[in-house]
Amino acid sequence: MAAGPMRIRASVSGDEINVRVLMAHPMETGQRKDPSGNVIEAHYITDVVATINDKIVLTAEWGPAVSTNPYFEFNAKGKAGDTVKVKWVDNKGESREDSVQVK
Amino acid sequence: MDSKRRTVLQGGAGAGLLALLAGVGLLKPSEVFAARANDAAFKLEKLDEVLKALGVTSAAEGGDIVLTAPDIAENGAVVPVELESKLPNTESVMVLIEKNPTPLAAIFHFHEGALPRVKTRVKMGQSSDVYLLVKADGKFYQVKKEIKVTLGGCGG
Repeated sequence: MAAGPMRIRASVSGDEINVRVLMAHPMETGQRKDPSGNVIEAHYITDVVATINDKIVLTAEWGPAVSTNPYFEFNAKGKAGDTVKVKWVDNKGESREDSVQVK
Repeated sequence: MDSKRRTVLQGGAGAGLLALLAGVGLLKPSEVFAARANDAAFKLEKLDEVLKALGVTSAAEGGDIVLTAPDIAENGAVVPVELESKLPNTESVMVLIEKNPTPLAAIFHFHEGALPRVKTRVKMGQSSDVYLLVKADGKFYQVKKEIKVTLGGCGG
């Protein structure tokens, strides 16, 4: 399954920015079975890195218990015009990086 | 996708992100080894083993931590959890779901500039206590909440 782009929304409020990220990923646990009884291989995001103007502000380590099409939200110091970049890597070595400017 | 980068990533599951980050110069060498430091803890099946692997020997109850989650989750596949820590120097937050096959669900690390607040969605196989552990100033603090699940999110 090809990973689609992330939807990132970054909005400013005072001297803080609120970042909301929705990723497209199956987050397969490795515990489910397909209709013919075969275990569906685990496939989930393991690492997430969020940067603002190329400076790391948030990193995350995930297991398969994070929901399918993961969503997360965080706040950081920032201002309009800053570049928010989010990357993920999954257990199969696939990765995706998307960025957005704070509005 | 850059085919060379793919080759590098396939070199090792744990080394994948490190190679990627180091490759783009995002991480200084000293920081490289900090990423995915707790890979083994994600595979453990018992809560106390996970805590041990994470280096949690004792955790103070409560403190200034606010956990927002539903009492009853209709769909265990998507359970929203939100955490806000008012503890000074909050470094990271761990989400543990006691009765999941592997209790450790996620760890978020806050770096300079981030506010100690995070919101995400997790899967729950059945009704369970959910623990949030906060590491602040090198000490651990925990909050617990029981979430009832009417439809499990891990079965097939």
